[in-house]
Amino acid sequence: MKEITKDLLREISEWNGEFKGAYNIREDGGCAGRVSSKNIKIESKKDEPGLEIFIAANTKGETVSIPACITHGDIDDLVYNDFFVGENADVTIVAGCGIHTETGEPARHNGIHRFFLGKNSKVLYLEKHIGKGHGTGLKTIDPVTTAELEENAVLEMNTAQIGGVDKTLRKTEAKLGKGAKLLIRERILTEKEQTASTEFKVELNGEDSGVDLISRSVARDNSHQGYHSVIVGNAKCTGHSECDAIISENGKVDAAPELHARDNDAQLIHEAAIGKIAGEQILKLQTLGMTESEAEAAIIDGFLA
Amino acid sequence: MLELKGVSWKTPDGVGVLDGLDLTVPDGKLVVITGPNGGGKTTLAKIIAGIYKQDKGQIILDGKDISDLDITERSKLGISFAFQQPVRFKGITVKKLLEIAANRKMPEKEMCEILSKVGLCAAEYLKREVNSTLSGGEIKRIEIATVLARNTKITVFDEPEAGIDLWSFASLTHTFEEMRKNLNGTIIIISHQERILQIADEIAVVANGKIKSSGSADKMMGTLLKGTEKAVKCPKQEELF
Repeated sequence: MKEITKDLLREISEWNGEFKGAYNIREDGGCAGRVSSKNIKIESKKDEPGLEIFIAANTKGETVSIPACITHGDIDDLVYNDFFVGENADVTIVAGCGIHTETGEPARHNGIHRFFLGKNSKVLYLEKHIGKGHGTGLKTIDPVTTAELEENAVLEMNTAQIGGVDKTLRKTEAKLGKGAKLLIRERILTEKEQTASTEFKVELNGEDSGVDLISRSVARDNSHQGYHSVIVGNAKCTGHSECDAIISENGKVDAAPELHARDNDAQLIHEAAIGKIAGEQILKLQTLGMTESEAEAAIIDGFLA
Repeated sequence: MLELKGVSWKTPDGVGVLDGLDLTVPDGKLVVITGPNGGGKTTLAKIIAGIYKQDKGQIILDGKDISDLDITERSKLGISFAFQQPVRFKGITVKKLLEIAANRKMPEKEMCEILSKVGLCAAEYLKREVNSTLSGGEIKRIEIATVLARNTKITVFDEPEAGIDLWSFASLTHTFEEMRKNLNGTIIIISHQERILQIADEIAVVANGKIKSSGSADKMMGTLLKGTEKAVKCPKQEELF
């Protein structure tokens, strides 16, 4: 495994020389290490690049890590990973992607993840995306995530892209069965000339299903972000989405939330707020001894925490 | 000692608020600044903290001219300011805000002691965000906790009673009394409240942009209660009930 890969792993997946539990490390489109556990089997797909990850029913407290690293330019990496989560399992999946380039050539990672959550299963999905190095070539990460949640399954997705990625199109789609819950916490920071677009579509199909979608973004310099969420309530369900954005310098943000109630008992809420850092917030932190720039940094760090 | 000499300030629209105000605040005292609405009390507090910059006059702290220092520099010299309308932050927790205030990692036990002084059960609050889920009374107490965490030589409270319920107000008064006993520093409270006036060492009445009268609390309370200072009123009182 390359040193650059090790550095990226430390940032995207809290790797400290080893992983706890099952893992597969993807390095420049190849495999730099794989370990399955008794309950979590990782296998290569036969017809396309990617993995099939089988998590046995009733697996409790285990973690599976599947980071992807790109260490140089001129790579266009496409991968299809499928996760089959057995009934009653309760596991953590650590994904994430790091791109490091030192040249003018572009690099792209396009990770297509499909999740199939069995009855009463619970998954915590952690994903960090970063771009590193002095390369001037475009660093692009375009993740596509689809999830199907069976009865009473719970998927909690915690995703963060904090700088360094030039271009991103994130697509997340989910279909929820009876009593299933989806919690999404997304954090995106763009700066310089970067662009990021995030699209959600959640179909609440089962009775008492629910989604809580919280997106926080910071657009600095000349960067641009787009947010588009679609929540469809097809049954008695609860849907909540919240899009908060801080803009600074010439940062631009578009937010377009959509709610579609298709059942009389669907309760759907959307909240959105876009604005620069409130002057009062900076003043308060200055009265606590911070400089203006320290205050701005603390406000943004907290907002994206 | 904090001295204001001939301080004047106009709003950006040119409306005069402070007009050659002189005030001396001795060390280790609890000084309450009162007076009619629009008289310049909050402006005075913000001038001391550096949030507003005076058009004329000088501000002297322990013999040093701090007139041209900004908010951060004054804060570092030991001036704290509790906002009348506390600011909310999405994402910043109570714990983080207290650490920013104290400028150090603070043991949880110490944070709990500070929060309990303002009547909050610490364990429930440390992880909470200082956002709109906190009630008006809760955020007010957290605001006061941030200045307590700093423990500086001068602490200015701008109408601490605003937006707080009566029950909380009683414990708040107690908190100020405790602060007076335990702090070496000076406390300046902008207030309309008789209960706050009663715990003062000194009282100054600001009206029409000047100190109209000032002196020891004993002397001043007599004058205020006799009604010779007719300008003193309490427009916020209805919020207490």
